[in-house]
Amino acid sequence: MNTEKNIKTLIVKKPLKLDCGKTIKDFPIAYETYGSLNSKKDNAILVFHALTGDQFVTGINPVTKKEGWWSYAVGPDKAIDTNKYFIICSNVIGGCMGSHGPSHKGPDQKIFGTNFPVITINDMVNAQYNLLDHFGIDKLFSITGGSMGGMQVLQFISNFPDKSKTVIPIATTSSHSAQNIAFNELGRQAITADSNWKEGNYTSNDTNPGKGLAVARMAAHITYLSKKGLQEKFGRKLQEREDLKFGFDADFQIESYLRYQGSVFVDRFDANSYLYITRAMDYFDLAKQFNGNLSEAFINTKAKFFIISFTSDWLYPTQENKDIVIALNSIGADVGFVEIESDKGHDSFLLDVPDFLSALKNFLDKSYEEN
Amino acid sequence: MKNEFQVIADLIEKDKKVLDVGCADGTLMKFLKDNKNINIRGLEISKEKVQECIAKGLTVIEGNAEKDLKQFPDKSFDYVVLSQTLQAFLSPELVLDELLRVGKKAIVTIPNFGYWKVRFHLLFKGTMPITKTLPDEWYNTPNLHMCTIKDFFHFVKSKDITIFKSLALNNLNKSIINESNLGVKNLFADLGIFLIEK
Repeated sequence: MNTEKNIKTLIVKKPLKLDCGKTIKDFPIAYETYGSLNSKKDNAILVFHALTGDQFVTGINPVTKKEGWWSYAVGPDKAIDTNKYFIICSNVIGGCMGSHGPSHKGPDQKIFGTNFPVITINDMVNAQYNLLDHFGIDKLFSITGGSMGGMQVLQFISNFPDKSKTVIPIATTSSHSAQNIAFNELGRQAITADSNWKEGNYTSNDTNPGKGLAVARMAAHITYLSKKGLQEKFGRKLQEREDLKFGFDADFQIESYLRYQGSVFVDRFDANSYLYITRAMDYFDLAKQFNGNLSEAFINTKAKFFIISFTSDWLYPTQENKDIVIALNSIGADVGFVEIESDKGHDSFLLDVPDFLSALKNFLDKSYEEN
Repeated sequence: MKNEFQVIADLIEKDKKVLDVGCADGTLMKFLKDNKNINIRGLEISKEKVQECIAKGLTVIEGNAEKDLKQFPDKSFDYVVLSQTLQAFLSPELVLDELLRVGKKAIVTIPNFGYWKVRFHLLFKGTMPITKTLPDEWYNTPNLHMCTIKDFFHFVKSKDITIFKSLALNNLNKSIINESNLGVKNLFADLGIFLIEK
């Protein structure tokens, strides 16, 4: 699923020491860019994708032929305006859209599978940092991303405090909660319980653990929505039938919807990547890297932060976003915060939520004017 | 910009770090940022107002002063401004303590319940006063703890808070309040502005 020729790739020659102790080198990072880098090279925004995202932020994804995951936010005259800014996004390592990941072949010409090293959010951003050199960018104008993208934003500015003028973590956390880990574990168990998983050594598409991966996606998808949003969209509506069928077919629209979400996901995502990336999220605890003091993670940066959460997001709730605001305020950092009213749950950051998009646009454009 | 904000701005020197608590649409923040090179932050409870501040390019945190001031370290701002909001808190005393902890100095303005129009309204009409600075009905006012200039003056003195400057404002007229003219100012000013420190 990563052999398409529409994928741009940077081969990182420099060895990268991973948190697990292993070192990787000569590995690929697949990336995409939108807009153009100006002559001063001061208009670049590095976007980090979430768990199941990829480098194809906006427009039609050349591999899946579907709209990019952040098409509402990124594009000409949109919140992240491609007429003004140069947007870079890369597939995380461990992913399955061209970056170094478990579906790639190792030196022995065998697919890595679970022989791929366990990676962390820290490893992901250290790998992506190479893109700055590649484009000759000394300092980014902004870094942003939602969910796991937000975790990468926090880790990036902590690792490279003077490499971005503005920092926009969205619907995220500085430390994966027990509930977050629990949901990820549910997904991993669904995958590994599929007999086609074969300890990660599945090889071709017809034998991959698609059923397990679909269940993982279905369970996760529920966590991205809100109870109110689900109720309003589906309620107890029946799926193309007049009455209950007294069986286990999809009677309800919500069942049919989840099954569909599971099945389309399997077509575009690798089960082992799902294991690796959810693990990276679970291991994320930025405060722990600084002896329990989150403020210390940001002590060396002068960047301007803008943190956004959503009222109905129960996966990365407002309080977890506010904890980041509190940590920043306690060291006198420049931080703004807004909680956006939305009943679309955690997925709000990916959807057409006008208050969110206008806040994002205003923050970026006003900050750029002050440049 | 309203006269009150001009008076507040005049109390703040250039290049300082200021927190505007209950900054509303950011009018005062924007003025201080543009005209006095102030490093300005705002705290605002209304989502709509927060959006207006962001649209002005201002750094604002959505939050509630009664809960969210505690995240700021001691004396982390040169000035903390609280404009006509003290009376709307559940516990004005605790908020005042927090303002003076977070700010080296605080500028607090209060709508004066001792203003003659307020007194006349209650005395002759027998209904809860409605004036320019107190525009709401009794049943929908956010104000829980109305006080007079005299009340506030005595209150801060009793808490050993230093008053650097206390000003009476009546429309465009600004005058200084002191112990000897307190009774008169309490009658003729509709707004009190206090620069205090603890």
